[in-house]
Amino acid sequence: MDKGTCCCGCIDEKEQMLESIMQKHKNRKGALIPILHEAQELYGYLPLKVQRKISESLDIPLSEIYGVITFYAQFSLKPKGVYNIQVCMGTACYVRGASLVLEKLQERLGIHIGECTEDGLFSLEVCRCVGACGLAPVMMINGEVYGTLNPEKIEKIIEKYEKQGKVQVK
Amino acid sequence: MQIYRSHVLICNDSTCAQLDSGKIMEEFGAQLKKNKLENEVKVLTAGCPGMCEQGPVVVVYPEGTVYTMVKPENVKEIVEEHLLKRKIVKRLLHKDMMEEGDTPAKALDDTKYFKKQLRIALRNCGIINPEDINEYIEHDGYKALEKVLTGMTPLEVIDTVKKSGLRGRGGGGFPTGLKWEFAYKSQDDEKYVCCNADEGDPGAFMDRSILEGDPHSIIEAMTIAGYAIGSKQGFIYVRAEYPIAVKRLDIAIQQAKEHGFLGENVLNTGFSFDIELRLGAGAFVCGEETALMTSIEGKRGEPRPRPPFPAVKGLWQKPTLLNNVETYANIPVIILKGPEWFASIGTEKSKGTKVFAIGGKINNTGLIEIPMGTTLREVIFDIGGGIPNGKKFKAAQTGGPSGGCIPASHMDTPIEYDTLVQLGSMMGSGGLIVMDEDTCMVDIAKFFLEFTVDESCGKCPPCRIGTKRMLEILEKITSGKGTEEDIEKLEILANNIKLSALCGLGQTAPNPVLSTLRYFRDEYEAHVKEKKCPAGVCKSMIHYVINEALCKSCGICARNCPVNCISGQRGEPYVIAQEKCIKCGTCMVKCPFKAIFKNV
Repeated sequence: MDKGTCCCGCIDEKEQMLESIMQKHKNRKGALIPILHEAQELYGYLPLKVQRKISESLDIPLSEIYGVITFYAQFSLKPKGVYNIQVCMGTACYVRGASLVLEKLQERLGIHIGECTEDGLFSLEVCRCVGACGLAPVMMINGEVYGTLNPEKIEKIIEKYEKQGKVQVK
Repeated sequence: MQIYRSHVLICNDSTCAQLDSGKIMEEFGAQLKKNKLENEVKVLTAGCPGMCEQGPVVVVYPEGTVYTMVKPENVKEIVEEHLLKRKIVKRLLHKDMMEEGDTPAKALDDTKYFKKQLRIALRNCGIINPEDINEYIEHDGYKALEKVLTGMTPLEVIDTVKKSGLRGRGGGGFPTGLKWEFAYKSQDDEKYVCCNADEGDPGAFMDRSILEGDPHSIIEAMTIAGYAIGSKQGFIYVRAEYPIAVKRLDIAIQQAKEHGFLGENVLNTGFSFDIELRLGAGAFVCGEETALMTSIEGKRGEPRPRPPFPAVKGLWQKPTLLNNVETYANIPVIILKGPEWFASIGTEKSKGTKVFAIGGKINNTGLIEIPMGTTLREVIFDIGGGIPNGKKFKAAQTGGPSGGCIPASHMDTPIEYDTLVQLGSMMGSGGLIVMDEDTCMVDIAKFFLEFTVDESCGKCPPCRIGTKRMLEILEKITSGKGTEEDIEKLEILANNIKLSALCGLGQTAPNPVLSTLRYFRDEYEAHVKEKKCPAGVCKSMIHYVINEALCKSCGICARNCPVNCISGQRGEPYVIAQEKCIKCGTCMVKCPFKAIFKNV
């Protein structure tokens, strides 16, 4: 994941971008959360070295930054899969069978909630209501919403991503 | 400005966008060009008209014809028939647009779905293009701001809001005008106006719809609020889970600044006001006002004790006014049409309208806006179209994890703040989930407790530890190991948490349990006494059996069983090995002879 890191003195592009993100927000009140959002978008997650950088730049203790990251569900300390699956567990989805959807996904991918497949292709999360209750039950894969799900549909969707993913890895 | 004879509005909110509304838009463009109508008919993206289960929705004006479940290949027909020959394509009409006989209803407002509705907060949703400020201006946009800045004192504005009787639409129902007055009276060099767009209640999505469909109305209302209380800076705290809403708010703020409705010297009156967007990061508790402000400050979104109230010490310890999205959406209309007009709608103690997101086991899922005082029966059967598959209505859940269930026996109670509280539920932000006979109420209570346990911030013990204990008891009951004492314990715990928790999240967390206990105690008792789940949901208490007389030994069930627990051979009835069965129900669905039953 940290391909940008280098010890030979060449320029780390991501680090430069992180620096400019911090510069952009530095003078705003309550800048930490907007910075964390953008840093996570940049790195895919929030590794310790990124937390350290932010801590130094904003002069906020590392412990406090760690506290904020672990408080909010959207911030992650671990890398996610190429395709991050979020199953909606909102009320409307729940009464329309979201737990069956989740079971099927766990069985199909062989992972539990919060885990990532060995090949790094899929990670699985549950989330609370994406506001597409008309399509319940729904899940999101990298932000794209899939609705009116059932176990068969899931099979097809996962297959599609598997094919795409393999091409990408090659 | 060019005049068009017809406008085609294509819903492009989160739900419809997923259903190909983008392609439909392109296809309209192509077909109009082909028929040389591009200068007569204008195609626009619009916010959500509410009928989400029927999406993608296309509305053709001036007729107001609603086409639902439109596919890209239907576009040619709509263009050639409706727009060219002015013949309505009946086949694609929204089902409620067909009146008795065969004549389609004239307009959207005449459909059964809309007849009982009154759209104030949602007035522009699905009607204007949210990314174009000019359309908002054409629909009386920023007129209220102009009226306020050029002819009213802050006190007059506050008085107008007070007189209208508007109450907070985010949950508690606190009188909005009073809140404004408190913030006005707090003296300080800096004050803030905040908009709570952290719509966290699962099943509620009206705020998303307003932000996506009519973002300018929120900006206008916040600017008015800024003038009224004497603030120069506003914050909109919006869920990061709503990317379209964020994008449209960004565009709207930009456009409002360009047009002089926001920023320095608004409308050349010397008044300055700016709005900044702040994104949430997935914490339900941040919908609580003090937690929301702590989160904007860049900290863990933990609530703080009140008093001091935000109106005295809020964001960065400065006086802060905080209202929810739907509350703000009402403000410009109240200013323009007058408080008396607004107060004439609704009931004595609950004025105006309320938006509900209806979902769950109901035919028409989507957003509706009804005058306060409408009954639950009207909502579910007249607007919602009843329960699918001929099932029986069991309960409606309002108020999300903070609310409760309203059983069938109270269907005729008018919906307003106080009656819902009396019934043990609450208005909440307006999620209304319908449950039918197949829903287990103990399981639902467990579902909400799982939610609160997950979302508890951990600051105060009653919520952090208490809800966890409640969940454990509910898990015990639903797995068939509960005793009668467990029900009593649950009740005692619930009442104690209600009294002792720090913030709204904890104080209301026991509500789903208390209200299901109040109306569906028999279900709890069936779980602990008879070890039965009457709705057939709790897996430990059901098992699937094959009726020997009906089984044709086709083997379809065995082939579809994910754990291979069904066996048999040709000529003999198949058997399910109960100890291996995971009770997924696949066999029952797959059996072509309906020979498999669920025993509760």
